[in-house]
Amino acid sequence: MCLGVPGRVLEIYEKDGLATGKVDFGGVAKEVCLAYTPEVRVDDYVLVHVGFALSAIDEAEANEVFALLQEYVEADEAVRREEGSEKGKTG
Amino acid sequence: MKYVDEYRNAEQVKQLAAMIRRQTTRPWNLMEVCGGQTNAIIRFGLDRLLPPEIRLIHGPGCPVCVTPIEMIDQAVAIASLSEVIFCSFGDMLRVPGSEKDLLTVKSEGADVRIVYSPMDAVALATANPDRDVVFFAIGFETTAPAVAMAIAQADRLGLDNFSALVSHVLVPPAICAVLDSPDNIVQGFLAAGHVCAVMGTWQYEPIARQYGVPIVVTGFEPLDILQGVALCIDQLENGRGEVAIQYTRCVQPEGNSVALAQIDKVFRTVPRKWRGIGEIPESGWALRHDFSRFDAAARFGVEGIRADEPAICLAGAVLQGHKRPFECPAFGRECTPETPVGAPMVSSEGACSAYYRYRLHELKQADGKQDSREGEP
Ligand code: SF4
Repeated sequence: MCLGVPGRVLEIYEKDGLATGKVDFGGVAKEVCLAYTPEVRVDDYVLVHVGFALSAIDEAEANEVFALLQEYVEADEAVRREEGSEKGKTG
Repeated sequence: MKYVDEYRNAEQVKQLAAMIRRQTTRPWNLMEVCGGQTNAIIRFGLDRLLPPEIRLIHGPGCPVCVTPIEMIDQAVAIASLSEVIFCSFGDMLRVPGSEKDLLTVKSEGADVRIVYSPMDAVALATANPDRDVVFFAIGFETTAPAVAMAIAQADRLGLDNFSALVSHVLVPPAICAVLDSPDNIVQGFLAAGHVCAVMGTWQYEPIARQYGVPIVVTGFEPLDILQGVALCIDQLENGRGEVAIQYTRCVQPEGNSVALAQIDKVFRTVPRKWRGIGEIPESGWALRHDFSRFDAAARFGVEGIRADEPAICLAGAVLQGHKRPFECPAFGRECTPETPVGAPMVSSEGACSAYYRYRLHELKQADGKQDSREGEP
């Protein structure tokens, strides 16, 4: 029950005095309270838990893990090249 | 699904695991606090991709699991009343109380309903003015903003037929309880990303400083978890113990200020009893006095109901990482998802349930060769 699920905001409206939205979760749309994420706009992704958006999902930050991974892989390849090459250094 | 699938890429998962293997020179024990992370670790076999030096210990972060049996008994008592519509998250229905669970109460004719959000319970109260609608408010800091909003909304709407049976729990005191335990072996933590999306990381700074442990706020997908492990190991190998955020796509150090303000308006910090662990000071939230008319325990006079967990269930030891589920003599015997003895076998975030679902087959095979329970420390 404690999971948070990412979804895309399809529309934003007011319901019972609270900012509310339709959020798409991989093809299933659900109503979500957006009162805690006033900065969110249509097409933004939000992290949803028990009917509430807890935070917006930051796209740039989301890609960080892949950028970092790329760095690891490149660093690793460099080490292997170094180990493999007798000169010990590449340009 | 975006923000899910790309974090499950098998090739990248392997690369990251390989990099952790190179990084690790000594044995380290890490605890993932959140049951959602435990589930992902066992389901995707992430523990097996890690070098043997790294042991992942499953922590107390499953809200269904840590809710003590006496809260179930209180819920059962309220739900049995004919004027009540009792609303709960689905996984609470099968958690055994001293005599019965909520599902049994329902099958006996009580009006017990599964809701997705606490706001659904408020809507039910509005639609049923002649009934008493009670919401079973369990959960960590992740769930508290939703409950706080439901209470505030009931207040705004002037509903006098809505109340909540509140058993909210908090992560930082649980981390301290683990660290303070004389047999603690945990050297670093993966903290729960969703909790910190609400709370931020400021509460963890003093813990990391005081105990000198790394606390890495981590997400829930395989790549998130492995990156959290990598960041934690990097600190340990270099003699550091600080708060770091892996789950930067959702977590700000200051947390969600709008949600924090709403929580602060509705809740106050109280001591809370945890299943199998006992009372931990300042480890829960209860309604502030301004909102005490929404307190279901007081309204229905069930506060006095006390009970202890069945002696056979090792939930307390499992939830603190002292024992692994398969070390419990009841695991897979008396206790299965169909006939759960304790809450960790019910919830999908419970460690016992995760091992049952994803590891039972091989545990049985190992059992055939030698009883694996005997070989474990
Ligand atoms: S296997 Fe069942 S009885 Fe044993 S600790 Fe887990 S929930 Fe309790």
